[in-house]
Amino acid sequence: MNGSFAGPVADAFRLLPGYLGSHVLVSVTALALGLAVSLPLAIVSVQRPALRGVVLAAASLVQTIPGLALLALFYPLLLGVAALTAGWFGFKFSALGFLPSVLALALYSMLPVLRNTVTGLIGIDPAVKQAALGVGMTARQSLTMVELPLALPVIMAGIRTAAVWVIGTATLSTPIGQASLGNYIFTGLQTQNWVFVLFGCAAAAVLALAVDQLLALMESGVRSRARVRTWFGALGLVLIVAGGLAPTLARPHATYVVGAKTFTEQYILAALIEQRLAAAGLSATRREGLGSNVIFDALKAGDIDVYVDYSGTIWANQLHRDDVRPREEVLADVKTWLAGNGGVDMLGALGFENAYALAMTRARAQALGIRSIADLAARAPTLTIAGDYEFFARPEWAAIRRAYGLSFARERQMQPEFMYPAVAAGEVDVISAYTSDGRIAQHDLVVLADPKHAIPPYDAILLIAPARANDGALIGALSPLIGAIDVNLMRAANLRATGANASLAEVARWLWGEVEKKK
Amino acid sequence: MTAVIAFNNVSRAYEGGRVHALDGVSLTVAEREFLAVVGPSGSGKTTLLQLVNRLAEPSSGTVEVEGADVRAADPIALRRRIGYVFQGVGLFPHMTVAENIAVTPRLIGWDARRRAARVDELIGLVRLSREQAARYPHQLSGGERQRVGVARALAAEPRIVLMDEPFGALDPINRDAIGRDYRRLHDDLGLTTVMITHDMLEAVLLADRIAVMQAGRVIAEDTPRGLMTGAHGAYVEELMATPRRQAEQLSALMTRGAAS
Repeated sequence: MNGSFAGPVADAFRLLPGYLGSHVLVSVTALALGLAVSLPLAIVSVQRPALRGVVLAAASLVQTIPGLALLALFYPLLLGVAALTAGWFGFKFSALGFLPSVLALALYSMLPVLRNTVTGLIGIDPAVKQAALGVGMTARQSLTMVELPLALPVIMAGIRTAAVWVIGTATLSTPIGQASLGNYIFTGLQTQNWVFVLFGCAAAAVLALAVDQLLALMESGVRSRARVRTWFGALGLVLIVAGGLAPTLARPHATYVVGAKTFTEQYILAALIEQRLAAAGLSATRREGLGSNVIFDALKAGDIDVYVDYSGTIWANQLHRDDVRPREEVLADVKTWLAGNGGVDMLGALGFENAYALAMTRARAQALGIRSIADLAARAPTLTIAGDYEFFARPEWAAIRRAYGLSFARERQMQPEFMYPAVAAGEVDVISAYTSDGRIAQHDLVVLADPKHAIPPYDAILLIAPARANDGALIGALSPLIGAIDVNLMRAANLRATGANASLAEVARWLWGEVEKKK
Repeated sequence: MTAVIAFNNVSRAYEGGRVHALDGVSLTVAEREFLAVVGPSGSGKTTLLQLVNRLAEPSSGTVEVEGADVRAADPIALRRRIGYVFQGVGLFPHMTVAENIAVTPRLIGWDARRRAARVDELIGLVRLSREQAARYPHQLSGGERQRVGVARALAAEPRIVLMDEPFGALDPINRDAIGRDYRRLHDDLGLTTVMITHDMLEAVLLADRIAVMQAGRVIAEDTPRGLMTGAHGAYVEELMATPRRQAEQLSALMTRGAAS
């Protein structure tokens, strides 16, 4: 391994079997389900123009929902269904990951299959259909012996489109807890590991093209009755599915699931937790890139066993508090509330805060004479602020605005990893930053003081699922982390994980090494 | 003579009775008879033919096949025992010649060996060559396709064959050859045939009897010779004028050639 790319590429290849396997499994299942529904639906609706109109309009409507939103919508939906079945039939299923991904992707696959099947069947020469009846075929025989074979090229074109869409869109199932090739992309975007981002895109594209070409081969084989070609195509598809599934099936089933949200610090801490569990002889797997709306519910439902959240997030989103209390008081209230509402156990605080903060470049802050948010309020009407996708909708932002009377000329939303370069380049004046972010020092930013204490404290806290609250082995393995990581150490770890220099696992090991040194 | 097909005062109306494709048609076809139905487009010929194997249903009146009302018959079974040659052939483009010919035998459950033997036999009967059995319809000429259409209609050994303008799209030489070949098969196999055509000359040369249709009614039915007598009114006279003149011209040409 030499040069700057060999390391990350080797890292990426190490992760490939697991990610590819999950990706294949979720795509193939979704496609099979989508075909099982849309092919019969198309055949039935060909003869019924009213039904056909409704079905095609519904499928088109689904297509207009962005893939990420569609996938994300299925999680709360299934969570509700899971709660109902648990209450009524005592049957509980995991609403995280595989199931919502499959359902959303299956829905997504339906339009091209429906539309092409309907078009193909409607387009058949009426004289040929008349002849099918005239030689004595039943309606079913006419369909299977004449109409479907003649419409096959058009139907197959639809299936191929659906396959490519599903394989591409499956990369978006990462935020709802389904591992996929999207894990490369989401992790890569967060840690500015562009090798990972490109690797993920390329892997998904290669998979989509391979499946598309194999389907084309099968189709041409069926059409020209070249059995060999048909079997080659089928064999190729079977090999892809088998090759994809083998590592998933062969992997020993892990006892514990560690969750992580969609940013670098979370990936490092999840890797650290996994390593600590492994060191204690406990098997663990990670579910990374979960949306922050999804992850708490997933913990409560037992889909994940442990993750790191922040006291202020729970305070605002779960306790629905918008008053600002001192750090210790928030921690105590949160712990009590969690124990009393669903039984989530707050094991303790890790020792650093990752609070929201407003940050500017040192040069710009000095030029404008801004040191605190109070100073900023006077200048804000001529300035632009950038925040992540959540920030402007969060109660903290409302609290800051209320406390200081902030009103900016423009508010822009962007991915956190683009906010820092944007503020450093002067494209925006102020950004919503996180206090533990390594990039604050990297870009020479200053965090503006909060003299009115409008921003609630955000202690990193280790949360344990209700079912694991009395798990001595788990708690014993993770207790050494409580109070062990200060904000400087976390910033340093976050900075190390940025770019493709070190893998997240390496950073987590380095972090643990630093923790050990201090003892 | 026993009537194999009988139309009893059948009508077929569209658009709530305002348009009549057929208007009170009564007609019988005897066993082993070759009946041609002649008339302009829209005179109801195809509808009449489709009533026999229930591709169409009459609004009123009854149709009998081999003595039984077709309404009592299962339409699928009925179609399988009546051969049908379609206007514009209607071969299945994704099936080979052999598969097209064997389609009805396959539907009624003949085994592969029996089907293969039948295909082989029919390819000989309709004067196709053996190597054409594995070809697809688009690889054949128009005349060859029509021969396949005839073979397909005969495959399940029907006693009745319905033909809807079977040779209309062919050039005169092919048309004449296939027409005569079919007439020979009709006689050899003891078939009862109803053929629709708009070409009076073809009808006169092939059929035992001709029914002339106009606006949903049968306005004349007679032997070819009988239609020549002028006893059937002006329209029939006009229809017969062309073949008669052609025959006279040809005959004059032949006589002069023989004299010189």
